[in-house]
Parts: sequence; structure tokens; C-alpha cells
Amino acid sequence: MPTVTFIEPDGLRRTVIAAEGITLMEAARQNGVQGVVAQCGGACACATCHVYVGAGWERKLEPPEDMELGMLESAWQPRGNSRLSCQVQLTAGLDGLEVVVPERQGGETG
Amino acid sequence: MTSTILIVGGGQAGAQAVDTLRREGFAGRLVLVSEEPYLPYQRPPLSKKFLSGELARERLPFRHQSFYDEHRVELKLGVRATRVDAEGRRAVLSNGEEVGYDRLLLCLGAISRPLTCPGAGLPGVHYLRGIDDVPAIQAGLKAAARVVIIGGGYIGLETAATARKLGCAVTVLEMADRVMNRVVASNVSEYFAHEHRTQGVKLVCNTRVVRIEGSGRAERVICADGSSYEADVLVVGVGALANMQLAADAGLACENGIIVDEHCRTSDPAIYAAGDCTYHPSPRFDMRVRLESVDNAFEQAKAASLNMLGRPTTHDRVPWFWSDQFDNKLLIVGLSQGHDQQVTRGDPATRSFTVCYLKGGELLAVEAINHSKDYMAARKLIADRARPDIVRLADPEVALKDAF
Repeated sequence: MPTVTFIEPDGLRRTVIAAEGITLMEAARQNGVQGVVAQCGGACACATCHVYVGAGWERKLEPPEDMELGMLESAWQPRGNSRLSCQVQLTAGLDGLEVVVPERQGGETG
Repeated sequence: MTSTILIVGGGQAGAQAVDTLRREGFAGRLVLVSEEPYLPYQRPPLSKKFLSGELARERLPFRHQSFYDEHRVELKLGVRATRVDAEGRRAVLSNGEEVGYDRLLLCLGAISRPLTCPGAGLPGVHYLRGIDDVPAIQAGLKAAARVVIIGGGYIGLETAATARKLGCAVTVLEMADRVMNRVVASNVSEYFAHEHRTQGVKLVCNTRVVRIEGSGRAERVICADGSSYEADVLVVGVGALANMQLAADAGLACENGIIVDEHCRTSDPAIYAAGDCTYHPSPRFDMRVRLESVDNAFEQAKAASLNMLGRPTTHDRVPWFWSDQFDNKLLIVGLSQGHDQQVTRGDPATRSFTVCYLKGGELLAVEAINHSKDYMAARKLIADRARPDIVRLADPEVALKDAF
């Protein structure tokens, strides 16, 4: 079971052990990680589970599809290492993955 | 200060309220009552990946039990609130308990609009609303099984797509002249009808179901023109109604839903409501609406929570919706009612296009088919009441955000 670390907007590092096969978003949401809103629950329809993938990990992930890229374009402060965490499937190979949760999510209030 | 907030309903809105209340510092007693004996879970997958078996049951809940423990949330699952005594500020539960509250949040959701024709009460007439509705439908979705779906709305079409992918022989019966007629433009209806037919779904519009027949269980559907459809599985998706009986019985003002103001407050100052059960003002669209939407449930619950904590917050959002059917993603943002102009960007034949609605020159709503860029751009543009250049708007080569 891969271990994943989320760095929450206030800097808190939260490490969770996730079941293989679930998405990075699910791992965050199940554990109440701050800042991963995930309103649509993984349908790639809201861009509120945006994260920045830690250095070196981008290439280990399956590349994003067009739908995700289109969503990310209007996410809050997208960067080259931006991903929608609902589109990242967790595998044993991603053990140790680190991601940074942005201060805001695109579709979020306030 | 000791105080109690009671939430009735464990859907999207109820789950979100728990989250917001604790995150925003509510330290009192927090009780969530849910009729379903499960941790609050997501409903959208019920007609999609959960029905198809791709998404396991344990992936439906929003949060694990540990989250509720950690945040000291008293979950009363499998328990129904049978009565609210608004004057005495207490709720009576089906297990005999009474819970007093300082603030009550009703997140009662919606109920399936029932079919009323003769035979509608036969066993085997299925609706799809909660987890417990799924197994009986799922069990019948075997290759070549004859699946008849009454209603060509979101639930009907999503269920049709799921059943077809599993190899069933699927028929959709729609009363109107086109599918999803209440929610999308006619060219979007046409596109989805074509997609379904291409995938082998038999789609019959302009047809009215008059009777369900069968000996002991639903076996066939009879339409007004005399046509009949044999069904191994029968699913009804003919819309939803606000679940508001509890509120009405408590004396709260109700009409098409529980009436709330822009602060999510009902006609009783101690009682708030959020989600599909509410009939609420939308300042941006200048009308009262009842929305069946994850987004609205989420945002309204958040606003209601802040208001319950004494932090005035107006619920004024641009709602959005989505639907997955086969490999298509329909993304809708805004409300198109009252539009005076409609512009389609792109050619449906490319399987990616966008319909824009305007009113007085302002962008009001967008339906994006397999086009997440236009959809995301529209979310902000609609909220900003942006006014496009129509010629540029109609040009799919111009990015939507650059047409303003």
C-alpha cells in the first residue's frame, strides 16, 4: 500500500497510507486532507482537487488526458506540475509520492 | 458555550456541513442523522461506475469513520427524523430518541418522482436514488437482458449507457420529443440521441407509458400508441421532487421545496436547509430555483454552516452539472432559463462542441460536450456577467475566454 504525503496549504505535512487502485484524490478526501475539495468526486468535472506534484514524480505518473488539461488551464494558479488528483491512480510504484495542495481551488467559495 | 447543531440528512449537503462546521471552529455538539445505514456517500456514481461494478462500494463514502470520530461527530445512521418540534427546538427520531438543537440543518435531498400509471406498484419497477436501489438493478444487467428505461433524462440515459456497456439490450422511452429536454439545447439532445443509437440503444421519443404489466412482477411496458416492450429489468427515471414532508409538517414554509432565503434560512430562524430539498433565491440569475446538483448541495451547505455560526454568508453561486454517457462528458454551467440568444461553437460531428446562452448580451449558461476548456472558462465568465463579442464567440478557433 503506497504512502503518500500531502503538504496542506498551511504547510502541515500529512502522510497517509492509501489502498492501491484508489485515486490520489480519494486518499486525500478519505483522510480529510485540507484543501482537496473534490466536489465532483472524481468525474473530472470541477477542478477542485488540484495539486502540485513533487519534483521528480511527474514522469512517474500517467500523463494527463485532454479533458484534465482543459480543466487545469482554468484551475487556480496552474503550473507545469499541476494535476487533478482524481485523475492520478495510486500504484505501488508511487510509494513515497509527495504533493503540495494549493492555497485555493478553482471552483471553491471564499 | 455549549450548543448543539443537528443535521438531518447524510447526503452531499449533510456531509459537507459537518466538514465546514468543524473546520470553521464549531466546538459544540454536532449530530448527523441519516436514514440510510451507511456513512455519508456520493450518489453520482450510482448510475455510472458503481452500477457497472467498476467502483467498489468502499469507495463511495466521502470520509472514513475515523474522520467523524476525530471531529467528534455523532453519527446516527439508519435512523430517521420523524418529527421536528420547531417551537421546542427538538427532533424526534425513529429510534425513540429526542435531540434538542440550537440550530437545525435540513439536508433532506430529493425523492424520485413516482410513476403513477396502472402497474407502477408492481415489484420490479426500480428507481435509482440510493445504494440500496442498486443491487436489484445490477443483478439484472446481464448480457442480452432486456432493459427498459422509462425517462430519457440524466439518470435514464446514464443508466442506459451503463447497461449497454454491460451488453444488455436497452430501450429508453421518453415522453417528450427529445432526450434531456428540460436541461439541454435541442442540438445537444440530438447529439446524445445519436450517440446512444450508435451504441445500440433503442431510443423512443414522443411516447407515453400508460401501463406496466406482468404476473406478480413488472414484465412489460405498454405505451399510449399500443406498443409494448418486454422488460427483464425496468428502471424509472422521470425526475425528482424535493423531500420536504418533515419540514412541511414542522410548519416551515414550503413550495416546490423548503423555502430558504439567500442565507439558507427557512421560515424558522433556528432552522436552515441546504441541497436538493431547497427552493432558494439565486441572486445571479434573479429567480428562485430548486437544483438537483452536487455543486449546489456542497456550496449551500457551506453557506448554511457559516450562517449558523453567525457569519453572514450569501449563497450566490453559478451552479454546474455534469453527466457521463458512454465516452462523452456533458458539462453544464449556469442556468439557461430566460435566454434571448443561443450560439453553438464548433461542429457536433467532431464530438466536441459548446452551446452558449446569452441574455441581454451577457453570458448566462454553457453546455460543453467533451470540451472542458470552454466549460472552465465559462464558470468565471458567467459569474462575472461578462459580455462576449458574438462573432468571436461563434468561432470555435477563438478560445472562449478570448471572445470577451
